[in-house]
Amino acid sequence: MIEKTPDRILIELKDIAFAYDGRPVTPSMNFSIRKGEYVSILGENGSGKTTLLKGLLQMKEPYQGRIIFDAEMEKQNIGYLPQQSGLQKDFPASVTEIVSSGRLNRHKIFAFYSSEDRQAVQETLRRLDIEDLADRSFRNLSGGQQQRVLLARALLASDGVLLLDEPTAGLDPIASHDFYDLIRSLNREGETIIMVSHDIHCVMHDATHALHLGKDYYFYGPKEEYLDSVMAASFLHRAEDK
Amino acid sequence: MFLEFLSYAFLRRALLSGLLISISAALVGSSLVLKRYAMIGDGLSHVGFAALAIAMIFSWSPLLVALPIVILAAFLLLRISENNPLRGDAAVAMISSAAMAISILLISVTKGMNTDVFSFMFGSILSLSDSDMILSVVLSVVVVLFYLISYNKIFAVTFDEVFAESSGISSNFWNSVLAVLAAVTIVLGMRMMGALLISSLIIFPPITAMRLFGSFKQVSIVSVLVSVATFLIGIFSSYALNLPTGPAIVIANILFFLFFSFLRQLRRRKKVTVGGQE
Repeated sequence: MIEKTPDRILIELKDIAFAYDGRPVTPSMNFSIRKGEYVSILGENGSGKTTLLKGLLQMKEPYQGRIIFDAEMEKQNIGYLPQQSGLQKDFPASVTEIVSSGRLNRHKIFAFYSSEDRQAVQETLRRLDIEDLADRSFRNLSGGQQQRVLLARALLASDGVLLLDEPTAGLDPIASHDFYDLIRSLNREGETIIMVSHDIHCVMHDATHALHLGKDYYFYGPKEEYLDSVMAASFLHRAEDK
Repeated sequence: MFLEFLSYAFLRRALLSGLLISISAALVGSSLVLKRYAMIGDGLSHVGFAALAIAMIFSWSPLLVALPIVILAAFLLLRISENNPLRGDAAVAMISSAAMAISILLISVTKGMNTDVFSFMFGSILSLSDSDMILSVVLSVVVVLFYLISYNKIFAVTFDEVFAESSGISSNFWNSVLAVLAAVTIVLGMRMMGALLISSLIIFPPITAMRLFGSFKQVSIVSVLVSVATFLIGIFSSYALNLPTGPAIVIANILFFLFFSFLRQLRRRKKVTVGGQE
C-alpha cells in the first residue's frame, strides 16, 4: 500500500458522548474524520449510532465533549439521508420537489428557488443517473429509486460530507447492491461518507474506516485494523449466524 | 339567477368570505392530512365550539374569543401528538369530547339550546355580519399569503421533518406555524360549516386531489380548485334548493371524491402512466 499525506480533518470529536434522559448511551469517543474517508458505523441496536449521526448534524446536544468542524465546512451543509419512517412512501411529491428541498439550507429567510438552484438540481439528478425520474411521483417509485432520490437530496445539501442512516434497510438484495455501488463511486469522486449499516460484509468491502459502538467501549480506525480486532471477530461472527 | 343571487348583500358577503376560507382550508389541509394531523383539525373544531359557547354566554364577539383559545388548543394538541404517537389520537378524542360536553353543559344551564347554538354546530354563513366578514377576509388572506411565502419550507417539513431539521429548518417552529394557520382556518370555517362539519373542509379537498395527482404542487392547486368548486356548488344549491349550506358543501365534496376515485380506477385499469402525474 502506498503511503500518502493524510487529508484535511473535517470533523474532530473530543471526549464526545451522548445521553438520553441524563444517562449516557455512548462511550466517550475521540477520533477525527478526514476528507474522502468512507466510515462505516457498526454496533448493536440501541448502541447510539443514529444518536451519533444526529450529534454530528447538531440536532442533538452532546452530553459531554465537543465536535470541531473544519473552518471551511458549513455545519448545515452536511448531506443527511435519515432512516426511513415509512411515512413518506405514499407521499404525493415529485422527484424534483423532493430533491430541490436539499437546497433549502442555503436559503435563510425567504425560501424561493433561483435558477441557480434549479440548475444544481438538474446536475445532481444527472450525477445519480435519475434525470428520467425528475417529473415522476415519489410514491410510484421502487424502494431503490426512492432511496436514490433521497440520496440526491442529501448530495445537493452537502458540501462533500454525506451521513447515511441504514440507507438499504427494506431494499431487496439487488437494489441494496446497486445502492452500495453508487455510494462507492461517490466516495471515489471525493465525497466523505459516514454510514450506519447492518449490511456488514458489503460495507466492509467498500469502507476505509470502521467505527464500532459498544455499550462502554468503541473502536475507530482503518478497516484493516478493525477486521483484525477482537470486536470485529465476535461481531462478524454473530452477524454470520443470523 | 346568478345576478339575482349577487343582488343580496348577505349572499355577496357569504360568497367572498366563503371563497377565501375554502382556499385557505385546502392549502392548510394538504399539509395537515399529509402529516397525519387530520384528527387535530377535528379536535380543534370541538374546542372552537366550546369557545363559541363561552362567547355567546357573555355576548362577546365569537371570532375574537375563539381565535386565541383555538390557537392555544392547537399548540397543546400538536405537543400531545408529537410526544405520544401511540396515544395521541386518543388524547385528541378525549379533548374533543371534553370540550363538547363542557360547552353543551354551559349552554344548557345558561341560555338553553337556541338558534345561535345550532348555527355554531351546523354553520350559518348566510348570517355573517359585516365585521365578521372583514375579519374572515383579512385573516384568510393572511393565511394564504403566509402559506405561499413559506411554501417550500412547509413542503420540506411536511415531507421529512428530520431532514428539514438537518438543513437548519426548525420543525418545532414550522409545526407551530402550521398549528396557528390551522387554528385560524378552523375558527373562520366554523361560521360557514359549523363545528361538526368544518373538518370536512380541511380533509376532503386534499384527499380528493391526491387520488389523481402525484406532486405536492399539483395536490395543493387541485385541492384549492376542488375546495372552491365544492363551495360554489354548495352555496348555489343551498340558495336554489333551500338546503343548509354546510351539509350541501360536504355532499359536493363527497361527490368529487367519488368521481376522482372512479377516474383513478379507470386509469389503473388502463395502466396509463402519464409522466407528470403518476
